[in-house]
Amino acid sequence: MSRSLKKGPYIYYKLEKRAQEAQESGKKTTIKTWSRASMISPDFVGLTIAVHNGNKFVPVYITENMVGHRLGEFAPTRIFRGHAGQKDKGKK
Amino acid sequence: MARIAGIDLPKNKRGEIGLTYIYGIGRSLAQQILDKAEISYDKKVSEWNDDELAAIRGIINNMKVEGALRSEVQMNIKRLMDIGCYRGIRHRIGLPLRGQSTKNNARTRKGRKKTVANKKKATK
Repeated sequence: MSRSLKKGPYIYYKLEKRAQEAQESGKKTTIKTWSRASMISPDFVGLTIAVHNGNKFVPVYITENMVGHRLGEFAPTRIFRGHAGQKDKGKK
Repeated sequence: MARIAGIDLPKNKRGEIGLTYIYGIGRSLAQQILDKAEISYDKKVSEWNDDELAAIRGIINNMKVEGALRSEVQMNIKRLMDIGCYRGIRHRIGLPLRGQSTKNNARTRKGRKKTVANKKKATK
């Protein structure tokens, strides 16, 4: 067992508390958080968490597949709209 | 002709190297397989007798190689893309996933160079 495993996943304690309360009380409110480094724990599944991307909060609906990733992975901090004069390839 | 996991192995290579022609088997795994089957690394593929071949087949049958492994990798990538995480997005637009610089290089992910017409050169 590696040391990092022994230490357990990092979840911001306030976020963890809020998530637990939300799960118990039948959820539905989005939780705002700045804690992009927090790992998504199985308790979060079904919640919507608004993750700060440095500018605003990006709502992220947590599904089962996301468990084990960090919240920040779902709220991109940079926007790239293509190079000047680049033709749109019809993507998106 | 030795045929393992749907792949024809090259006849006149050493067993250790010949096994690496199977997708999912590299040098170290090939060595482990040969150790288990108690065959010398230096024995050519064409020199394996039926018993040895059967032993190798038996070991490889319990491993994930070729098609099954390929589809597993694809599934993992697809999962990343579906959940819309950063790595998935990078997969979608074909850029490196692990924070490498993309100002120059990164050609493995980006593919052949696409020259931009009339791109302004930096003037000194």
